[in-house]
Amino acid sequence: MVKRGVERLYLVLIFIFLYAPIATLVVLSFNASRSRAKWGGFTLEWYTEMFQNSSIMQALYNTLLIAFLSAAIATVLGTLGAMGISAMGFRMRSLCMSVTNIPMLNADIVTGISMMLLFIAMGFRFGFQSVLIAHITFNIPYVILSVMPKLKQTDKSTYEAALDLGASPVYAFFRVVLPDILPGILSGFLLSFTMSLDDFIITHFTKGPGLDTLSTKIYTEVRKGIKPEMYALSTLLFATVLILLLLINVTPELRKRAALKHAQAAARR
Amino acid sequence: MSKKWFAAPYLLWSVGFIIIPLLMIFFYGLTDRSGAFTLENVVAILSPEHSKALVLSLLLSLASTVICLLLAYPLAMILNKHHLGRGSFIVFLFILPMWMNFLLRTLAWQTLLEKTGVINSVLSALHLPALDIINTPYAIVLGMVYNFLPFMVLPIYNVLVKIDENVINAARDLGANGVQTFFKIILPLSIPGVVSGITMVFVPAMTTFVISTLLGGSKILLIGNVIEQEFTQGNNWNLGSGLSLVLMVFILVSMAFVMKYDREGEGGMF
Amino acid sequence: MMNKKWIAASLCAVTLGAAVLSGCAGGGEASGEQVVVYNWGEYIDPEVLELFTEETGIEVVYEEFETNEIMYPRVASGAVSYDVICPSDYMIERMIQEDMLAELNYDNIPNISNMDETYMAQAEAFDPGNKYCVPYCWGTVGILYNKTMVSEPIDSWDVLWDEQYADNILMQDSVRDAFAVALKRLGYSLNSTDEAELEEAKNLLIEQKPLVQAYVIDQVRDMMIGNEAAIGVIYSGEAIYTQRENPDLEYVIPKEGSNVWIDGWVIPKNAENKENAEAFINFLCDPEIALMNFDYITYSTPNAAARELIEDEDIRNSTIAFPTAEMLEGCEFFKYLGPDVDEIYNSKWKEVKSE
Repeated sequence: MVKRGVERLYLVLIFIFLYAPIATLVVLSFNASRSRAKWGGFTLEWYTEMFQNSSIMQALYNTLLIAFLSAAIATVLGTLGAMGISAMGFRMRSLCMSVTNIPMLNADIVTGISMMLLFIAMGFRFGFQSVLIAHITFNIPYVILSVMPKLKQTDKSTYEAALDLGASPVYAFFRVVLPDILPGILSGFLLSFTMSLDDFIITHFTKGPGLDTLSTKIYTEVRKGIKPEMYALSTLLFATVLILLLLINVTPELRKRAALKHAQAAARR
Repeated sequence: MSKKWFAAPYLLWSVGFIIIPLLMIFFYGLTDRSGAFTLENVVAILSPEHSKALVLSLLLSLASTVICLLLAYPLAMILNKHHLGRGSFIVFLFILPMWMNFLLRTLAWQTLLEKTGVINSVLSALHLPALDIINTPYAIVLGMVYNFLPFMVLPIYNVLVKIDENVINAARDLGANGVQTFFKIILPLSIPGVVSGITMVFVPAMTTFVISTLLGGSKILLIGNVIEQEFTQGNNWNLGSGLSLVLMVFILVSMAFVMKYDREGEGGMF
Repeated sequence: MMNKKWIAASLCAVTLGAAVLSGCAGGGEASGEQVVVYNWGEYIDPEVLELFTEETGIEVVYEEFETNEIMYPRVASGAVSYDVICPSDYMIERMIQEDMLAELNYDNIPNISNMDETYMAQAEAFDPGNKYCVPYCWGTVGILYNKTMVSEPIDSWDVLWDEQYADNILMQDSVRDAFAVALKRLGYSLNSTDEAELEEAKNLLIEQKPLVQAYVIDQVRDMMIGNEAAIGVIYSGEAIYTQRENPDLEYVIPKEGSNVWIDGWVIPKNAENKENAEAFINFLCDPEIALMNFDYITYSTPNAAARELIEDEDIRNSTIAFPTAEMLEGCEFFKYLGPDVDEIYNSKWKEVKSE
């Protein structure tokens, strides 16, 4: 009993540690006073100001566009890559997988710098494309690592059987292979998307003039002094993530659990 | 046989944007401004200001790794013990902060810790002494722990979930008490998760420059700051690349460490 | 046969990727006339940018930097082509020496006639013949302090080493500014190239470090307004702004002397829209616009016509915004000291920071 209490307490403490900073941001976003130290009454002023601030809105747009494009391109390249790699012999395969692991395990600062040096050496202008290429590069490994296990599980002979039965490789791919690995592809896409959304360091080294993502925008704003609009932005982002994740993650699971409980109760009766 | 060619675009891409950029770091790191070969940029790590930054980075990232481990292991055990599935709401709540933008999480701590920040306003309202840790290494460790804690919880949790309960029950049946079961069964079986968690925390903590800038008031120079500043302010790319090479040695060591303990790749994040 | 098909398919994928990339490229640049501006943080009224676009149809791509030292490598690398940049005197001198700047075509900048001759003459120190630079703002480096948090009026750099203000001091996070403070306190020139003097200055900065709350740049302003610190090293232009927000603040140029500086607009050689850049500079020299900008950023304007238009007599004659000649007696301009001395400054600054 005591043990259970201690466990509960521990969960609650960690929970406070994780959420106190976020709760602070949320509260401050409604604070009419510019000062963090005192409460000046409730206001929605910072939200209106945030929406009217075209540079924040532009950064939001850039962030989403880059996240989407980089995730989409990385998914195509990564899925094809995973299929190719899984068809390779042992040595080639381990070589390719080591290369794939580099951007995942390397420090972001080194990846960012290396891309910056490359773009400069190539005489490539920093801008939207440089950031996009950098994001695709660090996204591909996530796709490959999500798709590979699914490919391992699929039965190679079904694809070959389809070919033997006269299906074209493209047809066979879409009808036989794709449905099997689709969950892996989707999770690779989502993972890439979120990684791209969250990235600061690599963007910091490869971005061009006037091109800000939310992360780089927040960084420059914070170095100038924190404005309440930033709290509003945080709150809004947090709410969005919360709702999205609730929709994606929890709903089916909760339903499953509710169904399970119902069944248990029925069985006991 | 022919399917191999599917990988061609990806391989081209990785040669162009992973291998060649890395080679460029090697090139810059091992040459001087005129392009002649030199080891000076790598040896520069031994100069007092660089070695101080490196040692401080090592200390702070080790401290935050240990704290993360001590906080995360019991948490993962409790979450696992109550048979909370991956999709369960409680687990979800503990993962959620990880999805917040990294900079916003750090910004939040700046807001809390500042001299006239939220914590100190509350403390002074209660007539308690002020908490004066902003712009000190403590604030940086706090920021690291907060940012990287989920990277420790998830791999450990993912390994614990996979431990066959029958093994634990068998140990109990054979007379092992709770402590023995933990040290003889659970801990050894969870090592892959622990090791992968350690590197997931250690590498970003060791190489960060954002947390030290935002929570350290630019008073504390970590090796990540030194490298970043060589590229963005000092304009000595050769030195910056040389120091990055040193940093990569530490990353390689920790990767080798993972390979040794986590051959199956069980201790993943996802 | 089969192999070829796969190769074709993979090539298709690559071209598809390339097409998407180039498509984006086209989208980014096809938006007509633009000018890429690289300026200090909080150093222009955003409305001025909007007015400029309204008036000329030229879209402004705007980016900020925190210090001259951050600005320089971005421009020098050539990876980004800015059209118009606003560095300080010594950095302009360096960029001229390194042949990075394009000569201005004054036919496109008729509003130059509004500038005060004194400042154009001063600018000749780093830009002989005024060929490359149009002054934008000028000022000094000094101490901003909170009257309620210090025991006596401040007039010397010594206060930055005073133990009673431990953890209440904000220092500039920029090499030359930080060293200028220490060198001036020691009675040396802030353009010192003498190793022994620089070593002394370095040791002084290391001695000061435990008293410093944080090394900051643009944040000084908000932190001083918010009573986060008692004393901050800051540019004179922030004084009027911060006093407006927090009347307890006072700005002083220490008696040992300080740095006087001019920031000016220059056009780098690799600018893609030089004429737009000149139109931008010309627009900023318009008295009405310069006045509007002055009201917002409160940095001293070298624009004589704009100064005439300042309605508030206190501000027009303010010795903070427009210090008199004798106030500037001990003040020096920074000079570019060459790559070798730069290296010495940088490594000594790193020693201070890593302490």
